[in-house]
Order: sequence, then structure tokens, then C-alpha cells
Amino acid sequence: MYTNQTVIFKNKPVIIGSYSIVGPKEGKGNFGPYFNYVMKDDSFGEKSYEKAEMKMLKTAIVGAIEDAKLQASDVNLLLAGDLLNQIISSSYAARDFDFAFLGLFGACSTMAESMAIAASIIDGREFDTIVCSTGSHFSTAERQFRFPLELGNQRPPTSQWTVTGAGACVISSKGKGPKITMATFGKVIDYGINDVNDMGAAMAPAAMDTMLAHFRDTKTTPDDYDLIVTGDLGKLGSEILIDLMEDKGIKLGLNYNDCGQMYFTRNQNTLSGGSGCGCSATVLNSFIMKKLRTGEYKKVLFMPTGALMSTTASQQGETIPGVCHAIVLECDESVKEVKTSTTSNKNVKNVKKKTVRQSISKKNQEIL
Amino acid sequence: MDKMMEEKKRNEAYAKYVQAKIPKTKAWPSLFNSFLVGGIICCIGQGINDLILLWFPNMAEQSAWAYTLIVLIFIASFLTGIGVYDKIGKFAGGGSIVPITGFSNSITSPALEFKHEGVIYGICVKMFTIAGPVIVVGVVASFLVGVVYLFI
Amino acid sequence: MYYLWVFLIGGFICMLGQVLIIYTNITSARILVTFVIIGVLLQAFGIFDPISEFARAGINVPIIGFGASLAKGAISGVQSKGLLGAFTGGLEATAGGIVAAIFFAFVFSLIFKSKTKS
Repeated sequence: MYTNQTVIFKNKPVIIGSYSIVGPKEGKGNFGPYFNYVMKDDSFGEKSYEKAEMKMLKTAIVGAIEDAKLQASDVNLLLAGDLLNQIISSSYAARDFDFAFLGLFGACSTMAESMAIAASIIDGREFDTIVCSTGSHFSTAERQFRFPLELGNQRPPTSQWTVTGAGACVISSKGKGPKITMATFGKVIDYGINDVNDMGAAMAPAAMDTMLAHFRDTKTTPDDYDLIVTGDLGKLGSEILIDLMEDKGIKLGLNYNDCGQMYFTRNQNTLSGGSGCGCSATVLNSFIMKKLRTGEYKKVLFMPTGALMSTTASQQGETIPGVCHAIVLECDESVKEVKTSTTSNKNVKNVKKKTVRQSISKKNQEIL
Repeated sequence: MDKMMEEKKRNEAYAKYVQAKIPKTKAWPSLFNSFLVGGIICCIGQGINDLILLWFPNMAEQSAWAYTLIVLIFIASFLTGIGVYDKIGKFAGGGSIVPITGFSNSITSPALEFKHEGVIYGICVKMFTIAGPVIVVGVVASFLVGVVYLFI
Repeated sequence: MYYLWVFLIGGFICMLGQVLIIYTNITSARILVTFVIIGVLLQAFGIFDPISEFARAGINVPIIGFGASLAKGAISGVQSKGLLGAFTGGLEATAGGIVAAIFFAFVFSLIFKSKTKS
């Protein structure tokens, strides 16, 4: 007995543009060459790290709209979220844009949450073009959830490094690019973990639950996908997920990996790997999107997880609930042409860049 | 009711499983580092104390210790400001938390961190987010000790 | 040669802090609180001064020393002023350290800016 958690899209919304921006440490990580922009300094020329995070989100949104070769006026809706209290980075970034905004909070699962909602709206033919965006910043997350930056403490081996980065993508009813074919919305799952330094273990059960629901609802198996990727379970969390799935009789093979685990190189001292909204968002909008466009990957199951905790709740002794949303991205090889035409039409792109920028706000003109 | 029991059982099994899964790091290197750095900080303190007594031979021992701690607090606060103390802390762990310099670091670091929220609501309010409990607990405990001594 | 004692005892106390970090995963605020209580108790039972005789900075520099002088102040306050001494003694004895920590933190936080870890 179960209820269906999966939407299978009839009209297959298309991701027509994507953009990723990351901090200097992330730029030196394993995905470094794939990012659109690597900041030289993670304050991004702003006074505070919170302001830097807002600017990162704005840059990503502008970048994605440009990548889609659209104007700001073509966009119907912005779906965005982040980790800060009252999702200030997203809403403050949204005030500089002239389109509707829906703020989401799914912690680190926000990228999939926003894309699943966007795809559902577009599939219903209500809106044409929706921008999805999310991001996180190491320094803002650290001060909100953990300790001041200059405090001399050690990080436990299970702790993860919040990625400084933002990603955005434009989803449309028409155009060429990777298509969103299915989305599985996850339940909130809590297995009673209360160690805030062990997010992987807290979120792995949620990933398992959503994954089981997805395979059950869509009648697929792990072998149907070229890549199954979770968001930020980290080294420990992804090992736990593999074990949990094995207990349920499903073996995750070499096509399974975790963005957080892959993000940094071994000598970057990030212990269990990357985390944060920006972790899955930047990997999806750079590496995975490029591999889909070139046809290297044909079918990807993208399922970032989020830990829905706050410092207040955990200080009151609450355990950490997790959530995981999954989307399936598919691409046929025809996009290859689009990619080549993008590179040959550089001049056209440059002209459009200006118009998008002018229509948003003066502040954005400083970007890049 | 049954479902709750089942969930509790599941959670306990999961917690046990996770505990076993957590990578075990070797304790000895970090214990050695904390011993080394902690010992060095104490020796620096002793050195400062000896110098003070050398220059001011008439100073009471109590005052010399007070000056020693003030100098150490100054150094730690300065190192926190220029962004060095957190690097020492990453290496030393307990070695740089337990000495009085760690107390100084835990007052200066939140003050620095919340600078952008302004002098009053940022620096002044947040200064004691970490070290506040130390003063509260210390004062309460010492008051109780004083009261006990009143009756014996 | 008392520097050797200072080093060994100071290092050992700090290592105890590291043991707490590794095996109980507690945060630095809790470690500081734990050691302050240890200091207060050592002083209350009269054990602190004999150790301090030969350990010197080895036990005065760790936050245990801070707890001990709080307790010492309260005890001697009670002996000279009665109940009022229990209220005033502790902070009187440690005022130097607390004021220094607050003052330097205030000044340096105005001058410097916190930097991202790498």
C-alpha cells in the first residue's frame, strides 16, 4: 500500500540555460574546469559574506538567462532558496529582477525541489519560462550553524565543508537541451540522528526513501541510468546509502556517486566532502549539464538531500530530519548542434548580454 | 503505539550502525599536538611571568600572575585578529582551547565575526556567545564555594 | 629546570581537553566550562595551591587557573567581609583577565576583519 510520489511529465520541460559560479577553493576542486565563473575572492567585492551570497545568486540567475539567450522579460517566474534564515539571499537577489518570485526552503535539496516544481508548472502549460536558482556560502553557513571563522577549533572527521557557490538554470516549455522527464517528491524522514556534524548519516535515510519510491513508481532500476547522483551526503553518507539500499535489495553500482564526495580533492582538507545548497547546484549546472548536452550522459537521476534543521531545534535536543527530491534528466544527441552554434554565435551572445544586463539593474553591470 | 516502538528500534539500530561506520582517526597525533602546543603556551606564560618579576622584583606574586595573563590574553586576541589563532587551533585542538588564550580567542572571534551587524548589536552583543557560559558558570560556582566557606 | 614541569603539566592538562574533544565531541564552550569548574573545585578543596607551587604556569595559564582564582577570591572575600565577600570576591580577583579579554576583543574587532578559512 503506497501513494504515488512521482510525476511523469507529458510535455517534458527543457533546460535551455544554466550557469554556475563558485569561490576560489571550489575552483581548485575536482570540478574546477567546468564552472562558468570562479571568484578570485569569496567576499566577491562586497562588505559582508551575506551580501556576497546575494550577489552570487544574482550573477547565476543573470548568467543562466543569458545562456538561454533570453531576455529578463521572457521569464515568468523565479524559484529560489538558500540556507540562511528567512532565505534572505534568494529574496534579496530577487528584488533586483522584474519577474515573480517564489521562495523555497529545502535546505541542500533546493535545486531539485525548485526544478521539480518548475517542471510541474511548465508541464501544466501555465508558464513558459521559469528560472531555478540556489546557492550557499561557507562563511555565512558557518556563522549561522556553527562557530565564528576565527575560533580555533577542530572539525570532527564526519563534518563537511559548505560549498561557496551558486547555480541557476532556465526551464522552458520549448527549446533544445536536457529534458526533465520525471520528478519524485520526497517525504521527511528522521532516523534519530542528532549530531550536527554528521549530516550525511542524518540525510542518507531520506535519500533511500526517495530512491525506493522513485524506482517503485517509475518501474526503473539503477541500471537504467547513466548516472545516479545524490547532493551532499559526503563520503560517509554515500557509503551509508549504498548499505541501506543493499539492505532493501537494490545494488547501487559504479553509476552512483555523490556531489559532495566528488567535489574537493583529497588534500583540500574537507574531511567528509562538500555540502550546502551550492554543492549540488553548481555540479548540476556545470559538469552534469555539460555531459548531458554533449550526449555523454543520456539519463541522469539527480537527487540532492537536505537536512531540515535549525540551530534552535538542535539546541532543544531535536533530531535532524532529512528530505530528498529526485528529478530525471534525459537528453538525446540532437543538442550537440545547439552547442556548436553557441560557440559560433559569440557576437550575437555578446549583444544580448548587454540587453539583459541593462534590463535588470545597474549593480549587475559590475559583475564579470 | 506499535509503530512508535518499531521506529525506536529502527533508530537505535541505525545509530549503532552509523557509530560503527564513522571513520576512526588515530587519536595519538592529535593528542601529541595538543600536549605540545599546550605545553609551549604554558612555558611562554612562565617566561612572561619570570620576566615581569625580573624587571619589577618588588611586585607581589598575585599581581605578576595577573599581568602575565593579561599579556597572554593580548597576544591571543591579536593573533585572532590577524587570522592566525584559528590555524594554531586547527593544529592543536585542545592545546589552544584550554589555556587562557583560548578564552581570549573565544571572546575575540565572535566579536570579529559579527562586526557587520554594528558595534552595539554586533560586537558588544555577540562577544560572549561562546565565552559567556565560562564567566557565568565560574561566577556561580565560586559564589557557592564562598557561601560554603562562610559556614565552615 | 621548573620549565620542564610547566611544560609537562600544562601540556597534560591541554591534552585532557583534547581527549574530551575526541571521545565526547564537545564544543569549545563546554570544554572551557568544564575546566573552569575543575579549577573552582581544586581551589575549594585546597588542592590547587600545592600543585601551583611546582607547576606554576602549567596550571595557572590553563583556564583552570581562572576558575581557581575565582574561587580563591570568593573564599578570601568571605573571610574578610563575610557574605558580601562571596558576592564581590570572585570577580575582584579575576577582573584583570576579564577586562583585558573584553577590551582587547573590542579594540581588535574594530581594527580587523574575520577571514574565510581555507
